Amino acid sequence: MTYITKPKIHHPALQKNEIGLTRRDYEGAVTTLCAGCGHDSITAALIQAFWELSIAPHTVAKLSGIGCSSKTPTYFLREAHGFNGVHGRMPSLVTGANAANRDLLYIGVSGDGDSLSIGLGQLCHAIRRNVNVLYVLENNGVYGLTKGQFSASADPGSTSKRGEANTMDAIDGCLLALTLGATFVARSFSGDKAQLVPILKAGLSHKGFAFIDVISPCVTFNDHEGSTKSYAYTRENNVEVVQADFVEPSRAITADYQAGAVSNVMMHDGNWVRLRKVAENYDPKDRDHSYRYIRNRQKAGEIVTGLLYISPDSKDMHEQLGTATASLSQLPFEALCPGSTELEKLQQRFR
Amino acid sequence: MSRVNEFAFKIATANGTGSASANGLIMQAIFRMGVPVTGKNVFPSNIQGLPTWYEIRVSGRGYTARTPTFDLMVALNPATYSKDISEVRTGGWLMYDSTWPLDERLRRHDVTCLGIPLAEMCNERFTGVRERILLKNVAYAGALAALLDMDTDVIRTLLKEKYSRKPALMDSNQKAMDLGYEFAKANFECPLPIHLQRMNETKDAILIDGNTAAALGCVYAGATVGAWYPITPSTSMMEAFKGFCQKYRHDGATNENRFAILQAEDELAAIGMVIGAGWAGARAFTPTSGPGISLMNEFIGLAYYAEVPAVVFDVQRTGPSTGMPTRTQQGDLLTCAFASHGDTRHVCLYPADPREAFEFAVHAFDVAERFQTPVFVLTDLDIGMNDWMVPKLSWDDSYRPDRGKVLTAAQLDAVTNFHRYLDVDGDGVPYRTLPGTHPKGAYFTRGSGHNRFGVYTEDADEYTDVVDRIARKIHNARKSLPAPVIRTQAGAKIGLVTVGACHGACLEALDLLAHEGIMVDFMRVRGYPFADEVGAFLEAHEMNFVVEQNRDAQLRSLITLDTGVPLEKLESVRYYGGFPLSAHHVIEGVKAKLEKAA
Repeated sequence: MTYITKPKIHHPALQKNEIGLTRRDYEGAVTTLCAGCGHDSITAALIQAFWELSIAPHTVAKLSGIGCSSKTPTYFLREAHGFNGVHGRMPSLVTGANAANRDLLYIGVSGDGDSLSIGLGQLCHAIRRNVNVLYVLENNGVYGLTKGQFSASADPGSTSKRGEANTMDAIDGCLLALTLGATFVARSFSGDKAQLVPILKAGLSHKGFAFIDVISPCVTFNDHEGSTKSYAYTRENNVEVVQADFVEPSRAITADYQAGAVSNVMMHDGNWVRLRKVAENYDPKDRDHSYRYIRNRQKAGEIVTGLLYISPDSKDMHEQLGTATASLSQLPFEALCPGSTELEKLQQRFR
Repeated sequence: MSRVNEFAFKIATANGTGSASANGLIMQAIFRMGVPVTGKNVFPSNIQGLPTWYEIRVSGRGYTARTPTFDLMVALNPATYSKDISEVRTGGWLMYDSTWPLDERLRRHDVTCLGIPLAEMCNERFTGVRERILLKNVAYAGALAALLDMDTDVIRTLLKEKYSRKPALMDSNQKAMDLGYEFAKANFECPLPIHLQRMNETKDAILIDGNTAAALGCVYAGATVGAWYPITPSTSMMEAFKGFCQKYRHDGATNENRFAILQAEDELAAIGMVIGAGWAGARAFTPTSGPGISLMNEFIGLAYYAEVPAVVFDVQRTGPSTGMPTRTQQGDLLTCAFASHGDTRHVCLYPADPREAFEFAVHAFDVAERFQTPVFVLTDLDIGMNDWMVPKLSWDDSYRPDRGKVLTAAQLDAVTNFHRYLDVDGDGVPYRTLPGTHPKGAYFTRGSGHNRFGVYTEDADEYTDVVDRIARKIHNARKSLPAPVIRTQAGAKIGLVTVGACHGACLEALDLLAHEGIMVDFMRVRGYPFADEVGAFLEAHEMNFVVEQNRDAQLRSLITLDTGVPLEKLESVRYYGGFPLSAHHVIEGVKAKLEKAA
């Protein structure tokens, strides 16, 4: 199997963004995932988000672990460097890459096996460090590449394709992220592009770890009746609490919502995220409240979606480390090596 | 043999009583008298209470290896009296705290007892429990100064330097020093036959441990990202790196750091961060020890196959498993050379002392980037944590890092197509690009099967093509590694091969064997894959001894695998009990084999 390269011929009428690129310029190789896979819809949403933000593709770095989800960085942004690492360890790769070169825009793509089982520890610590990355967890509740075992996000009672019921409690990525102090937590559904694209854009603008859990049905192993990660179940039971509208500063914020239901959050890059409350009394800037709300709705069988939490004062890893504003990989050697005179002086200490 | 400037003594105390500072002072004073000296800290995996020892060898001739018996024992820990007295040579001396009567376990008729009421003197003179305990150490140092004829001016100067900002501490230390000194002068015939005499052998030398030296090498090499998980005996390396970076890489005006130190959640993450940083274009490293290497294995295979530079320092300790974390060994030679699953082979550097640790640290980054591969620098607890006397470190200001074949934006602009794993120059080393440089430079780094264009493959020929090139690349790297150190003498038909910290003990053993008419040539390997000289040396000798510190003769296996020299030509001499190697281990090993052969 090799990846099929798409021809780079564009229809002249294709719409261009601010840097003169069409959506096709944000695509990658042709997907090798199953037809109808939720992950492909997320890829499409990512392409849309990057295109709408007019981000030069080569200024992005795409990292992933192992699994169906982790294959997807090949399918978008062909002009961006990609790194398909080892299973569950993408967070450490992105942490190191970001430490070395903070000028790039980082996106990490992972799955529920990758993030919530084998890589749970790395995910937790990347959140704790608040690494500046858009982290997309493509969540289907099942191991696809090894053909249908339950993952840690499978809900209790949810059945496998063969009818076996899952007995253990699920690890919920969003609740986990909230308890660990994540500065941006969202949940969406691969089948809801209208909701997903603005969330991805907000996540890309967030300075810090933007955690987005996207329910992404596996059409081959987890889309049957009895599954709580199927298209049908997710469509029926997802409840949006906060809609994030992404507003670039050049565009006016038009208030077409009821007063009191809308609040604006300015991102570090000057963009605005307008949070429109869909649920009454939901406060996406109150961590404890968000946690309780999601947990309570979960008990009622509802999947809460939207931009669930955003911290107004996020300090990313570099701010915590006090690293130079210029990327470490760009610093000239002269700025790093103390030289022979200093070495001579220093060695008085060792006499 | 004269025992002036040629003796060894040992101080036995309990962990956490503050003896380290007094022992360091003694070492430094001897060093400042121009006399070559080596210190070995034998410590437990414990914070407080368990036995700890400090061994000091004074050698005007410059021998640095550990000696198993001592001329003088300072026995201050009742828990180890029996063991401590047994290590004193016949005719040697014992110093004990005569506040209490001599313990029966310490009595030996062939050893002279020197009782000094350390506790009593300190209790009379000082108040405060902690102060009394701490200054007892300084008092025994004072007694040693009198017994060994240390220069009191040197000691006074050292105390002044050390406590320049704390005059009260300087006074109490000087008082304690005088207490011990004057008691010894008044009650014993000073100096003892073993004593010091000024020399001029240390003026171009320093006293430094290997972890500090390696950390300094990382600073000088321009490494900016260090990721780690604390593990004995490597921990002090990152702490030293941090200290040097704060001194040299912190901009006071902007409050900005030109470095990033990431304390990872485990060694898996530490190596992941190093690989991520190397991929993104920074010089990155991680210091660890054997258990950390075990955890890093999967990622190391990725870096090898995806061709990402990374530098890993393995400060080896006694394995397997947790083993003896505060004892030394060379047990990771094979695991580092072949770390990870599948066919892998890694470049390894083997410093023998802190000076080489500094130099090889710098070299490791050049080799890692030139060959786009992980490089291991293998030291051990003895090199890493003990103070060694080595020639001063030097630096060539014309040095510039070898970043390897990294294409710039301008170069990428000029090429039609960039292919990550294409062997353009025929040397097995492809060109690489850094993320963010240029749209044409983009490629997908992956641990899954890929062809020479960097594209996913499950095709047999395409897969083989890439892994064969990588094998060629690593094989070629041998020419860029430090050459073996070889010392030959006329008429020698026997060779001795060794690695790392065994150096000193082997050379001392060969001198002693030469006195007995047994002439042996010497070779210390310093890089893997082995240089061509290694095979040639082995072939040139009828018989070769391979001296190393592990149970399974790992160096011998590695040599046979790499050079094809048959095992029959390689006699193994091993010591792996956890202490640094001594000359007698080598002599006994060599002689036993020679007798068997005869």
